[in-house]
Amino acid sequence: MDSPAYISLREVVFSRSGRRVLDGITLDIPRGKITAIMGPSGTGKTTVLRLIGGQLRPDSGSIFLDGHDVPNLKRGALYALREKIGMLFQSGALFTDLSVYENVAFPLRVHTSLPEDMIHDIVLMKLEAVGLRGARQLMPSELSGGMTRRVALARSIALDPELIMYDEPFAGQDPITMGVLVKLIRDLNSSMGLTSVLVSHDVPESLSICHHACIIADGKVIGEGTPDEIRAHPSEQIQQFLRGQPDGPVPFHYPAGPAGADYGLTGEVS
Amino acid sequence: MIDRIVALGRVGLTTMAALGRSGQFLAGVVFGVPRPSIGFPLLVRQLYAVGVLSLAIIIVSGLFIGMVLGLQGYTILSDYGSEAAIGQMIALTLVRELGPVVTALLFAGRAGSALTAEIGLMKATEQLSSMEMMGVDPLRRVIAPRLWAGFIAMPVLAIIFSAVGIWGGMLVGVDWLGVFEGSFWGNMQSSVDFVDDVLNGVIKSVVFGFVCTWIAVYQGYDCVPTSAGISSATTKTVVYSSLAVLALDFVLTAVMFGDF
Repeated sequence: MDSPAYISLREVVFSRSGRRVLDGITLDIPRGKITAIMGPSGTGKTTVLRLIGGQLRPDSGSIFLDGHDVPNLKRGALYALREKIGMLFQSGALFTDLSVYENVAFPLRVHTSLPEDMIHDIVLMKLEAVGLRGARQLMPSELSGGMTRRVALARSIALDPELIMYDEPFAGQDPITMGVLVKLIRDLNSSMGLTSVLVSHDVPESLSICHHACIIADGKVIGEGTPDEIRAHPSEQIQQFLRGQPDGPVPFHYPAGPAGADYGLTGEVS
Repeated sequence: MIDRIVALGRVGLTTMAALGRSGQFLAGVVFGVPRPSIGFPLLVRQLYAVGVLSLAIIIVSGLFIGMVLGLQGYTILSDYGSEAAIGQMIALTLVRELGPVVTALLFAGRAGSALTAEIGLMKATEQLSSMEMMGVDPLRRVIAPRLWAGFIAMPVLAIIFSAVGIWGGMLVGVDWLGVFEGSFWGNMQSSVDFVDDVLNGVIKSVVFGFVCTWIAVYQGYDCVPTSAGISSATTKTVVYSSLAVLALDFVLTAVMFGDF
């Protein structure tokens, strides 16, 4: 990792409803690069994004974003920091009562006092970047899943953020939309000099665009490195995840008691 | 036995935690009003949603309740030969009690449930989270305008309800059953006091407006973001608001009119 870390997590522990979701995660995210955080469903990948954005607070450990101690920031400072962060939610999270145009204009109207004609130009430029300038008058209910995410992407780059976080951007998308999103993430990162954090369990797409990848399982980082290093990683658990094998170190069966007792059999069951 | 005590203790703790959260939430909303240039248009839009759109149900209900009061009042009062007092009976019943209470119950069912469902769905579809991540506090942007709109709209709706109810009572009493119009309005004018009756009724509806809207927005904001969670939160809004209105009505009536 040749770039200095833009985000740094140290021994982060986070529990929810008595369950330890993250169990001492240590992770560095380099500046100006695309970092993919991958892992099976339910391993706390989205939780990492919410911790970085300050929406959740860790039980212990430290999280620094561009030198800011995120969990200990005061409310005003945290909201100011978030103006430098764009986040693409899994559902898109567009405001359903606003049109595509107004959704993208929303952060500009709230955080700037730009004149209306300048807001108009910026919104159209952002929509042009995601290929949806012609869809500006549509309402979110009229958009397909892929278009929703592209509009959400345009909205998240409206304020020209330093960091953009993608939460499962490829989940449930058709191959063409996936290709469009992969291209957009790559192009935006290089043209705007962004730091990008990509949370996903879509292995080929994520490894095709990221500079640095890290795999989380059981609340810990089980492997990290460049995409080639990850592909050649000796860990059986990582290989099971990358190849999508149904059984291996991560068992097919959820832990259960003796089968005989569940089936009501009194004798030995082999 | 021990299990029951434990369960009782757990219910107590959960209730206290929920009350604490809702109090903290209320403080955040009341003291977090957005700046007027942003907040005023949001408030106007919510006044339209919770106030203007509730007008139809309020006017129709007020009209029929006033007409029923006219019929019942005439039937009872004519037995004593005092049907001329029907105007004062309708006005006092509506202004003191039925106006604020029935408006609040209708408001909880129409606007309160809609507020809970809307905010709950915004939570479930991550709209509130995305707002937070854009550096916009949803308490200020989404919740505060809705709370203030309910607070302002309720007394106005209650006044409209009472006015329409009195008109409905007059249609039945004067135009249909033939009570002398002069006695109808004259008795009403001489017996209804502005401070004791009208103002106390308005104070009641201000309290009900605040409580109903607080319950509605809190239930939406605090709901489990699933379809079952939103459904449960919407039900809780209507049930809690109705019970709170009826209980508070007793307390306020005892304080305002209980000259014991």
